[in-house]
Amino acid sequence: MPAAANTYRAKRRVRLWAGAALVGTYVLIALIGDRLAPYHPDEQDLFNILGAPDAAHWLGADNIGRDQFSRLLVGTRFTLAVAFLSVVLAVTIGATLGLIGGYFGGRVDAAVTGLVDLLLTVPELILAIAIASVVGAGMTGLIVATTASFVPRLARLIRGRVLEIREEEYVQAAITVGMSDARVLLRHVMPNAVTVIVIEASLLAGQAVLVGTALGFLGLGVQPPAPEWGTMLGAGREYLDVAPHLVVMPGIAISLLIFGFNLLGDGLRDALDPRSRA
Amino acid sequence: MNVATEPVLAVQGLTTGFDTARGRLVAVNDLSFSLARGETLAIVGESGCGKSVAALSIMRLLETPPALILGGTIRFAGRDLAQADEATMSGLRGAKLSMIFQEPMTALNPSMKVGLQIAEPLMRHRGLTREAALARAVEMLDLVRIPEAARRAEDYPHRMSGGMRQRVMIAMALACEPDLLIADEPTTALDVTIQAQVLEILRALQARMGAAVILITHDLGVVAEVADRVVVMYAGHKVEEADVASLFARPRHPYTHGLMRSVPRVNAPGRASGGRVRLPEIAGIVPALDQRPPGCPFVPRCPLASARCAEMPPLAEHSPGHWAACWHSDAVGQAAGAGHA
Repeated sequence: MPAAANTYRAKRRVRLWAGAALVGTYVLIALIGDRLAPYHPDEQDLFNILGAPDAAHWLGADNIGRDQFSRLLVGTRFTLAVAFLSVVLAVTIGATLGLIGGYFGGRVDAAVTGLVDLLLTVPELILAIAIASVVGAGMTGLIVATTASFVPRLARLIRGRVLEIREEEYVQAAITVGMSDARVLLRHVMPNAVTVIVIEASLLAGQAVLVGTALGFLGLGVQPPAPEWGTMLGAGREYLDVAPHLVVMPGIAISLLIFGFNLLGDGLRDALDPRSRA
Repeated sequence: MNVATEPVLAVQGLTTGFDTARGRLVAVNDLSFSLARGETLAIVGESGCGKSVAALSIMRLLETPPALILGGTIRFAGRDLAQADEATMSGLRGAKLSMIFQEPMTALNPSMKVGLQIAEPLMRHRGLTREAALARAVEMLDLVRIPEAARRAEDYPHRMSGGMRQRVMIAMALACEPDLLIADEPTTALDVTIQAQVLEILRALQARMGAAVILITHDLGVVAEVADRVVVMYAGHKVEEADVASLFARPRHPYTHGLMRSVPRVNAPGRASGGRVRLPEIAGIVPALDQRPPGCPFVPRCPLASARCAEMPPLAEHSPGHWAACWHSDAVGQAAGAGHA
């Protein structure tokens, strides 16, 4: 293989590993963040209200004197939990709908496609806000809202892939030797759609972070005093003039995590793309 | 061929059509043939003649709608497959009747080990455990002469060549020892040398298992090599049927004759003197389903066509077992006798 192609491949690997490292770091912080935190997230230092970053409070203190660094560390778990759970749920529901609709076609497919198209006319964030305000604020509401806003997109993507696979000769061949629908679907169709699902899931995780924190920002997410990033961002907004770190720091935490998920998704797509495999 | 025994498959008056925006189009028209145990029947014709639709009708693999079996019976294993429901068919497919496809590169699941793909129908139809089915799969791979079968069973399809994959397909189709195997252009996508190997394996396994085979092809070389009997189809109709020797000795339909003349031959007349010979062809193409003329469908391309051909010629028996549907079949025989020594 020529050197240029090697460099190209190496570059793509870098994206995959950088994304994995970034996301991995966040996962680690989510797991042991409360032990790393120098302060309890609710502990108040009343002499440092809205204090700028200094030696005692690395990332400053908020409007009631809580250490922002500790709150960000501890809050990682909320954001990641929402991202992971909503993506897992959305993939489960969306993949089921897409597989069934795409494979069986006919009326079943018309019903799935109709529902999906209807939901796709509403922007994801608006849909999530609407669902969150019905289900109610809090962790459950947040996950339900994020999940529901992703299902249509996944169902449509997977349905498309299944339509493609269903026409493959190996699916016909499996039917020709008498395999049942369930078996054909689970053993022959689904495994060949997994790549698409994995890539989309990692890209959706980034979206989930965005939607989750946006709902927190709007007061529809995890409720204070829990140190959820979106909620912190929303609270810090009022002090933007005097304490910009209250907005900037959670913003950076959110952006880096989304960046990590996107790198990971792109990297996976390149690594799993059969056309680019040696 | 033992005529006294009950045929494995008896197709009678099979008519298959498609409901389309342009109305109902008939792709297979009143097709009849039967097949004895261990016999190989070739169905021959150009693309669009209805060969594959006929095969898929027997397997009941056509999507309904738009496809529809409009009439006829398909007697197999004591049932009429034309009337069978999907559950019955699913129980028969792979167990009693099987099919292999043209394209070995895409006919195997890329994400499943080949051993397991062969084992699947055994688990489904024979109720074998996974271990027993996998052991049998290795035996089957060995039977289709895949070297190091046990190790190869653990491979994914992308590690195999086209010829090996086609052999895996054969192993998969024959794993449950079906009574009938339909091979739809099984060697078309393969190199000539590999073609011969695959045909030989197919023939050996057929002899061993006693299965009847329907071989769908447009390759008359393959037909001459492996078939016992031949059905020639044109535009959905059976135009000629004969045992392979008498068909090649004296074709009775101008279409069959045209097909034979279009096979390139090294020792063609004129070649010996070093000259170039233009390969005879059948002018034109098979008419589309909605543009078939009344009467004999071959008229627009037929060198012997006359006014009488506006009426559909019936199938007539010219010698025992040799049937043709042509008003001028005697003239065809004459011309062919001159061309094919």
